[in-house]
Amino acid sequence: MHRRAVLGTLIGATLGSATLVPRHSSSGSTTEKPVTHPAADRRRSRFPNVPLRTHEHQEVRFYDDLIKDKTVLINFMYTACQGACPLTTATLVQVQHALGERVGRDIFMYSISVDPEHDTPEELRKYATRFEVQPGWLFLTGTQADIAQIRAGFGDNPRLEASQSNHLSVIRLGIEPLERWAGCPTWSTPQTIIRYLSWIEPNGPRPDGANLRIMRN
Amino acid sequence: MPSDRRNMAKATGRYMQEIRDIVKAGLSRRELLRMGLVSGSSGLLALYGMRHFKPYWGHAQLLANELELHSPPNTPFVDRLPIPQEVQQTQLNPRPTKAANTNAAEAARPDHQYWKDFGGSDTAPGFTGVQYEIFERAVEYDFYPDIDGVDPSTIWTFCDDPRQNPTGPLRINAYYGQPAVVRIHNNLPKQNNGFGINQTSTHLHNGHNASESDGDPTHFYDAGHFKDYHYPNVRAGFASTHPTSTLNKHTVRGDVRETMSFLWFHDHRFDFTAQNVYKGLVGLYTLFSDDIQLDTGDETTGLGLPSGAYDIPMVFADKVFDPTTGELFFDLFNIDGILGDKYTVNGKIQPYLYVERRKYRFRLLNGGPSRVYEFFLSNGKPFFQLSNDGNLLPRTLQRQSIRLGVAERVDVIVDFSNATKGDKIYLQNRLEQVDGRGPTGKIIAPTNIVEFRVGDAAQDNSKIPDTLLALPDRRPTVRSRRWDFGRSGGEWVINGELFDPDVIRAFPRQNTAELWTFTGGNGWQHPVHIHFEEFQILSRNGKAVPVDEIARKDMIRIGDSAVGTENTGEAQIFFQFRDFLGDYPMHCHNIVHEDHSMMVRFEIVP
Repeated sequence: MHRRAVLGTLIGATLGSATLVPRHSSSGSTTEKPVTHPAADRRRSRFPNVPLRTHEHQEVRFYDDLIKDKTVLINFMYTACQGACPLTTATLVQVQHALGERVGRDIFMYSISVDPEHDTPEELRKYATRFEVQPGWLFLTGTQADIAQIRAGFGDNPRLEASQSNHLSVIRLGIEPLERWAGCPTWSTPQTIIRYLSWIEPNGPRPDGANLRIMRN
Repeated sequence: MPSDRRNMAKATGRYMQEIRDIVKAGLSRRELLRMGLVSGSSGLLALYGMRHFKPYWGHAQLLANELELHSPPNTPFVDRLPIPQEVQQTQLNPRPTKAANTNAAEAARPDHQYWKDFGGSDTAPGFTGVQYEIFERAVEYDFYPDIDGVDPSTIWTFCDDPRQNPTGPLRINAYYGQPAVVRIHNNLPKQNNGFGINQTSTHLHNGHNASESDGDPTHFYDAGHFKDYHYPNVRAGFASTHPTSTLNKHTVRGDVRETMSFLWFHDHRFDFTAQNVYKGLVGLYTLFSDDIQLDTGDETTGLGLPSGAYDIPMVFADKVFDPTTGELFFDLFNIDGILGDKYTVNGKIQPYLYVERRKYRFRLLNGGPSRVYEFFLSNGKPFFQLSNDGNLLPRTLQRQSIRLGVAERVDVIVDFSNATKGDKIYLQNRLEQVDGRGPTGKIIAPTNIVEFRVGDAAQDNSKIPDTLLALPDRRPTVRSRRWDFGRSGGEWVINGELFDPDVIRAFPRQNTAELWTFTGGNGWQHPVHIHFEEFQILSRNGKAVPVDEIARKDMIRIGDSAVGTENTGEAQIFFQFRDFLGDYPMHCHNIVHEDHSMMVRFEIVP
């Protein structure tokens, strides 16, 4: 009795785009679960799929075009920054140089502006040119609201002023299809950043466990 | 904009109410899935993404919405507390060797130090000590009781069998004077179900072990490999200050006053410790000192502490579960610390335990990730505290409450002799904490975590001793160092610097003692942990420490609300570097902080 009543209310409460949509089961009522792809949904739900514009004046979707199925390095910056950002960008230039052809092929670098009002694609293009950024590394901007969503998605408080963002000195390293996400201080050396990334790659080099300076037994 | 949020919030509210109605009506999630009424994985996650779990993420409210996602509701006290499962000894094949057996897929490592002193030899059988074999595996596991209809989660945990699942966290019963090798296989899958990495390095916290067996964060290995960890089970000082010492007319190697009792082992893979530990890579290591008739494991001998079935470890781990799928959930991008809204003990949410009317020894371990507990008993009875960080205190302390930070261990005796059959007594947490940074320090209304159901009287040969174990002598220190734990540009730093795997920040000399001063705070609390030896806290802000901190410890809470509600500013410790050589870490054990560089390495040199 009570169960039927609950079922009745369930049918009535829909959420529009998603759940609790009654499914018409065929008369040979199967006990199969509805087809779901939990990993794909979970991966997708981790990031807002908002529209962004690159310093190359392209329109992209954050998750679908930039993150999905990729190995990525992501950092936050703004062009007017006098403090951490130029140093971070310079470090990442060295990282891009050391990674060579992998960047744009199987590793993708993204710098996301936390000051989208000022950082138009053209401003970002000038910034990237100044630092001699090579293809495979995109600088990104968008609307205030969309950038705020991205910042929040990475655990940053978008209410903070750009210059106060405590994400200016963090690089996110991720292998998205494996759902491996690590963090790295931007003040690390380029070699360290690359090593942290290679450590999470399935076939990357590993710290040398035997290389310890034990003087005597 | 605002009206969209209001509509979304209303829709979420209706949805959550439906979930509650479903549970009340006894419809299980499985039945609903079968009826096609709940689409397993989309829904709330697809609507909002994963950032809206208020209990554990301080920024949830920043989007100015009324969204509060919670784990699916649970019915408390219907699952029994899992009793940790004792690992049986075995014969390892191939036999353990001093050098890493890389041909057989052992991970590369330096040779075992003191191999021949503690069970090893170059000829067959290779190792004459105790051997254990453990497998790190993915396991389907029900955190919730069946009646809540929540699907199992995939956890990664230590198993003592390559195929069979354990019934609870593993427990190794080790004995001083009986060296051991623990072979740990990494059989973890690449698919991580959202978080974790299948590379591991197991740390026995806080064994006095060689660097190559200590589970350093950068000594991890991939799936398909194993590593032999050599645990001499010897007391500190054996090759330096105390070649032998005596207690109760028994003479043994090392300083008897460095005897440890309650350790734990967990994964420590660099940058992924929080994820892998949260995912289940936690085990218990109870170390008995029957060789000096102290903590013997037999309540008719030595100190007479409750033993056997009456010696029960409890690992507390607060967790979050996806409201639609019930899957164990971890926020990958939270650097403030994570709070769970479901309190698990040995893997079950709010379990019960039948207790007989006698004394019990409960070994309490806070498995993290970030919550600090203050435990009380609902009947107002005291705890009899035996240890701090698993090390026997000088004297038993009667306490009304026990504050336990992440990775801290306390052994307590609880006496149910005067309870009435049929009573229900609760182990409660009453410490307020609203985000991952640290507790507010306020004592608030209780949350019941374990329900003790009182049964019959039982024979009790155990005692509550008055005297336990004197503190070791403190000899003169040769050097002082200061370590400041702070935050810089969103990253955690020590002395203003980030962790660099290539950099050793200190080179203490083997067999010396040093004075280390810690500072920190400004809105944060850091449980600082040093591998290798236990230390003694000499002072906090220049003043004597509370009586329960007059102890040997390997964790020290610094910063806000470390003790009571005050910022305890500065703390000074006495620390030694005896017997072994090699590199060891010191780090914040709020494991979310540690994974973001709040770590240093020191190397003990001749």
